[in-house]
Amino acid sequence: MIIATGKSSLIDEMKVQSGQNPAECYQCAKCSAACPVTAAMDLLPHQVIRYLQLGLEEDLLKSKTPWICASCFTCAARCPRDLDLARMMEGIRLSMLRRREGNKFGPADLTPEQLEKLPQQALVSGFRKYNK
Amino acid sequence: MPRIGIFICHCGSNIAGTVDIEKSIEAARGFPGVVHVDEYRYLCSELGQDLIKKAIEEHNLDRVVVGTCSPRMHEVTFRKAVTEAGLNPYLLEVANIREHCSWVHKDIEKATPKAIALLRAAAAKAALNDPLVAPSVEVEKRALVIGGGIAGIQAALDIAEAGYIVDVVEREPSIGGRMAQLEKTFPTLDCSACILTPKMVEVAQHPNVSLLTYSEVEEVKGFVGQFDVKIKQKARYVDPVKCTGCGICYEKCPAKTPSEFEMGLAKRKAIYVPFPQAVPNIPVIDRDACLYFRKGRCQICAQECPPQAIDYEQQDQIIERRYGAIIVATGFDQMNPSHYGEYGYGQHPDILTGLEFERLFNASGPTGGKVVRLSDGKPPKKVVFIQCVGSRDKARGMNYCSKICCMYTAKQAILLKEKVPDAKSYVFYIDVRTAGKGYEEFQRRAAEEYDVAYLRGQVGKIFPESDHLMVHGVDSLSGKTIEIKADMVVLAVASVARADAPEVGRLVGINSDSYNFFNEAHPKLKPVETHTAGIFIAGACQAPKDIPETVAQASAAAVKVVGLLSKDMLQGEACTAEVNQAECSGCLYCEAVCPYSAISPVEIEERYHGGTLKRTVVEVNPTLCHGCGSCTVVCRSGTINLKGFSNEQILAEVDAICLQR
Repeated sequence: MIIATGKSSLIDEMKVQSGQNPAECYQCAKCSAACPVTAAMDLLPHQVIRYLQLGLEEDLLKSKTPWICASCFTCAARCPRDLDLARMMEGIRLSMLRRREGNKFGPADLTPEQLEKLPQQALVSGFRKYNK
Repeated sequence: MPRIGIFICHCGSNIAGTVDIEKSIEAARGFPGVVHVDEYRYLCSELGQDLIKKAIEEHNLDRVVVGTCSPRMHEVTFRKAVTEAGLNPYLLEVANIREHCSWVHKDIEKATPKAIALLRAAAAKAALNDPLVAPSVEVEKRALVIGGGIAGIQAALDIAEAGYIVDVVEREPSIGGRMAQLEKTFPTLDCSACILTPKMVEVAQHPNVSLLTYSEVEEVKGFVGQFDVKIKQKARYVDPVKCTGCGICYEKCPAKTPSEFEMGLAKRKAIYVPFPQAVPNIPVIDRDACLYFRKGRCQICAQECPPQAIDYEQQDQIIERRYGAIIVATGFDQMNPSHYGEYGYGQHPDILTGLEFERLFNASGPTGGKVVRLSDGKPPKKVVFIQCVGSRDKARGMNYCSKICCMYTAKQAILLKEKVPDAKSYVFYIDVRTAGKGYEEFQRRAAEEYDVAYLRGQVGKIFPESDHLMVHGVDSLSGKTIEIKADMVVLAVASVARADAPEVGRLVGINSDSYNFFNEAHPKLKPVETHTAGIFIAGACQAPKDIPETVAQASAAAVKVVGLLSKDMLQGEACTAEVNQAECSGCLYCEAVCPYSAISPVEIEERYHGGTLKRTVVEVNPTLCHGCGSCTVVCRSGTINLKGFSNEQILAEVDAICLQR
């Protein structure tokens, strides 16, 4: 395995979106011990953070773990480093979506009726979530 | 007109790299009163000091300004140099052009004028400097050690061996502290009591040592050389002279209460000695548990005591003594891990802390030395040890590493294997930290020879299932989740400062870090000194530490105390407050803010319109004053001055800086 030394855009995005810094993790694996859904994961939660620390963006993109995460926040409640792994998972999911799917929809895809009825906030957050 | 000499130090490139020395010299020549300016590469060197001494003689200087590093660094050096050349040391002024200027700036164009301004200010102040003489303070040749654990015992023994009188104040009925609670010590597996008890006896029997057990320090006043201390000796209700230590009283006593020494795992009587090897071996009556004190009847101990040593009328006593120096060695506590819901501490009898587990090995402990489950009395076959419970945890515990847990866990796993040969230990760890002589080898022995499974990871959940505890964890190295059907769980909880450490700190006048551990004066070079002269620290009240380190620190503190007590006189503070009583309005604000009780009101008589008038003013006790300057700030008539830092001098500095613009 060659460890990526360059900057990873996915990891940078995840940092901005979650406000969490994976470098703060010392790999005690408390998150993995506490997580109720590890049985279905291909990477354990602490391994996801390890991949983030090593910049293994490609491997992360292939992992199912961020999608298995149920956002129960047990990891965040137990983390001795006060990291919110659930938020990081959400950040990873958002970045994955943007990469995989490209722009999901634009203003042109919405009917005038939808545009009128949908709250502004929902529109903005929808564009933010599903567009590059 | 004063004759001022200015000397500017390059400090290699530390100053010269960011401050234009040539320009500074040129500017300094124009300052009022300056008759000589010179520069040197390292002014603090012998040659640099000689340069100053020679110039004082040649140019007949009566004030010296050095533009150097912080006065904290070398003021003493330069004061000594000018003294050798015949000047009063307080006629020297330091302009800090390194820490306050060259180190914090990058641009030479901006740093140079600032250095010049600082030099100008120093010269303006120097012109107003008066020769000062520090008062001498007599040293009371007696030391106080607060805390009778291994740190306090070692320090007291060393001081006593050096020939000085020392008192040890211990809150509990016996000395011994945490070390007395331990079964064995790592990495040699020495029996803790076997190596501690002889020291306890030695300190108790030493002619130079007085033990004040069951006592607490109530008040500390005064200063280095002369601390006036009030100690409360709590009533034992047992006459120590009559008592023979036979133990009949606590055998017969009908009242029981949880034993502090056994971490609440066993009961003790209302009249008790904390443990069999207690020193002194004199029981105390716990008023809160005693039937006589609670309900007015019983008195069985008094009836049974052969020498009739029980005295229900005994009162607390206040002992007032003067000490030259104090060592604070108040030890540490263990964190209560109840708030870690996932571990279920306190909800199941087989989930214990490390110190509680330790007591199970002890022959006089709650199980008589049998390692058994407290739930059903069976020996545990699978024991899970969890490291870093509350340590290295900034979210729910302490940010620091508690240092001793990796080692005592390895020790307990080894001891377990020896007591219960078919037992298997599992250790969940984050990192194994074994820095110390023989420590790494010891931990490896646990893993290699005692079949202890080290699992790098943490435990997420423990819950009881029929007669065992299901431990759900993870091994991060294999990436596997792990379930262990455990008989017992041992939590290596964080070592924390004593709950009342802040109070003790305030009492003796030393400060603590954010975890309430007492602060040393310098993390590397003054590890046992505090910022308060004459007060030293030793042991785990400063930070978590093991026994060898504690003993080393205790001996170090003792050497500092012995050094201090070997002097007959100490130089006091020359820069103390002085009040002009003619201008004092007697508002007494200064008395209220003085942290050292150095200011007191006094009545004076003044002539007033032909008659005399009595009025209140204040006076300063220069031996108590530390020169902090608080009084000068609150003085409404501006009539208290700090010698060496008078209002006039400070304003002259401000003027000198402002004039430049």
